[in-house]
Amino acid sequence: MAKTALIVDDSTSMRQMVGMTLRTAGFNVVEGGNGQEALDKLAAQMGSKVDLIITDLNMPVMDGLTFIKSVRGQAPSRFTPILMLTTESTDSRKAEGKAAGATGWIVKPFNPEQLLKVIEKVLPA
Amino acid sequence: MNIDMAIFHQAFFEEASDLIADFERELLELEDTLDKDQDLVDAELLNTIFRCAHSLKGGAATFGFADIAGFTHGLETLLDRVRNHQIPISRELTQVLFESLDQLKALLAAARGEIATVPDSTALAARIEAAANNTATQAAEPVAAVEPEEDWFGIWDAPTAYRLYFKPGRDVLKQGGDPAVLMARLVEAVEIRSIVCDISELPGLDAIVPDECYVAWTAEFVTDWDRDRILDIFEFMADDSEIAIETLSPPASTPAANVAEPKGPATPPAVVAKAEPASVPQQKPARAEPVKARPAATAPGAESHTLRVSTEKVDKLINLVGELVINQAMLNDAAQKFTMDKLPRLLEAVAQMEHASRELQERVMAVRMLPIKHAFGRFPRLVRDTAAAVHKQIELKMSGEDTELDKTVIEAIADPLTHLVRNSIDHGLESPEDRIAAGKPVTGVVTLDALQEGGSIVVNVSDDGRGLNKDKIFKKAVERGLIDADETLTDEQIYELIFQPGFSTADQVTDLSGRGVGMDIVKRTINGLGGTVNVTSFEGIGTMFRIRLPLTMAILEGLSVSVGGEVYVLPLTTIVENIRPKQSDVYIIAGGSEVVEVRGEVLPLVRLYSVFDAIPRETRPEQALLVIVESESRKVAIMVDELITQSQIVIKSIESNYRKVDGIAGATIMGDGRVALILDVPSLIRGSKIRVSETVAA
Repeated sequence: MAKTALIVDDSTSMRQMVGMTLRTAGFNVVEGGNGQEALDKLAAQMGSKVDLIITDLNMPVMDGLTFIKSVRGQAPSRFTPILMLTTESTDSRKAEGKAAGATGWIVKPFNPEQLLKVIEKVLPA
Repeated sequence: MNIDMAIFHQAFFEEASDLIADFERELLELEDTLDKDQDLVDAELLNTIFRCAHSLKGGAATFGFADIAGFTHGLETLLDRVRNHQIPISRELTQVLFESLDQLKALLAAARGEIATVPDSTALAARIEAAANNTATQAAEPVAAVEPEEDWFGIWDAPTAYRLYFKPGRDVLKQGGDPAVLMARLVEAVEIRSIVCDISELPGLDAIVPDECYVAWTAEFVTDWDRDRILDIFEFMADDSEIAIETLSPPASTPAANVAEPKGPATPPAVVAKAEPASVPQQKPARAEPVKARPAATAPGAESHTLRVSTEKVDKLINLVGELVINQAMLNDAAQKFTMDKLPRLLEAVAQMEHASRELQERVMAVRMLPIKHAFGRFPRLVRDTAAAVHKQIELKMSGEDTELDKTVIEAIADPLTHLVRNSIDHGLESPEDRIAAGKPVTGVVTLDALQEGGSIVVNVSDDGRGLNKDKIFKKAVERGLIDADETLTDEQIYELIFQPGFSTADQVTDLSGRGVGMDIVKRTINGLGGTVNVTSFEGIGTMFRIRLPLTMAILEGLSVSVGGEVYVLPLTTIVENIRPKQSDVYIIAGGSEVVEVRGEVLPLVRLYSVFDAIPRETRPEQALLVIVESESRKVAIMVDELITQSQIVIKSIESNYRKVDGIAGATIMGDGRVALILDVPSLIRGSKIRVSETVAA
């Protein structure tokens, strides 16, 4: 069965890019424009969990860190790999992400090949 | 994987334009707040501005617009320090930010291929950097010119997948253990992917001993726990239990036992897992490549043909189409098995179909509708810049920004509106000194107001300035030979003169308005959209331009009339009233023109049958009907046989199917299948060849 990925980014073009990369790699893709929208989408999945979450950090309404924390508090997605997209690769930013419960990070900009390479590493076989 | 980044460029451009617009709006608000009290500046406002720059940078870098990304990087650093209160907010700062916005717009235009040369950002980038280093505290380090090359990804504890086999000893229950509780604890601690209970050793019902355990489980699960911690759950199981655990996916980063691949030598402590060193060099060509590809990728001209529609609107459409399909099935059913007693059902189905199709029509139209704020959006900035240039204090008030209008109309109306707003600022509003002298508040107010009125949208552009000077306009018009010095004109007619080609009352042409584009172009553009513009003014109080636009250019609210068996349609917006005149009110004036007097007002009479060479049912005006229509502040009375009905009609172009016909704006198909011609009221009025002023004078 195809795996499902949730993409959270306020930028439509980024969602398009990441989404197309994942669809090409065989994922079902669900999108959210900010953390709150993404949580709603997760809730609308009605129990069927997503296999991968890719989230931006800097977003209106609900930012990425808050989103990651809420996701980690929910039973179905406690161990779902979460990759955070960030433009600042400072140690403090990474530490915040780790504390919130992210699985890993990718620095923007990245290309589809790079994204897939990282996804391969976080998705259990 | 071969994904061409160029396919995302359109989305990025639209997004970037939105971000720049947001940036500008917030910046204007920031400046506004700043004028009142610096302490009132909202942290969220600064965050939003920062986020705009941040998102712009991220997108530009991803999609290969290195110049935009580079420029925004400096801007982002500056804004980050501003939001962290390391840099004081001042007028100088906002000025740099405004100029940066303009630079961004130019860079974006260059990226779209709209302008040929990429504007140079060096000087402005240096000012941004200087501003960013103008820190209030010593804490901030100077902006690094080049972002240090860093690791581009990292993974902490990737959860590991395990398979666990657990077969409790046959006597576990007797010994006080409960395997079910243990399994429940496991399920709680990990994420189960599958769990299979092996009941193959379960004996037949007659052989079961209730306190013996016959089952075993195989569970596959994902967890960030390590193997020992999982096994701890089963620690107190008796020795005759079988427990086996195997790792399914060697995670990229498990520290000790399960390392499947060699780790990079210098793992920094903050990052448990690290990119393999080989992938870092790969990243550089990947960053540079899209930049090279860019000139070929930009396809100018494509953008104006796209329309962003909210999913909500699309969903409603899909719903409606579904309803139509059901309706059609009902109709089919009713028609095929039709007997007279089923007539009410058939009629009901037809009525529902009508309802659904009318709603569908409205919704499809709505797809093309955009809120007018798309046209209003540019004005806060324009007013800010213009006010500074003419040394006036101006407040811009806008209302009704959510009023929706056809996309084409919005695009076409932007320039005329700009002209009117500039005109208000430049000519309408007085200088601060004059305002004080006149006892008015120093700050002049320019108001943009949009509202829907029936089938049309009204946009008012007004100012509380000095108002139009009737004498000056009159003199100028005489000078220009537009009117005779002895003509008697109503105020309305005098104001109307400013829309005449080549008319300008400004004593000298300023840098702002009066440059090439005149009021006549404004009027022509608006008329071209099927709209009207007129002006009212009170000396010393202000001026208001009132623009009336059709909601959409494809549908028209019309009154159908008949003449000699033919049906014609008059746009409802042009109609003033319908009357049947007394015989004595209709007469011929010197020059042979026929006129009708309506409550003291003398109007040219147009016998529609003679315009179209038809044979009318009635040639005596007192037996026929007169429809009084108005366009461009001129009225005429159009004589018709009878009025039929008022309805919404779909305009079909005659020009594109046949050729331009004088007096005809288009055609439409009536409910009974007949074709009706739509009358072009302005051209009929011009065709009447009588100037209203002459008739009044007579």
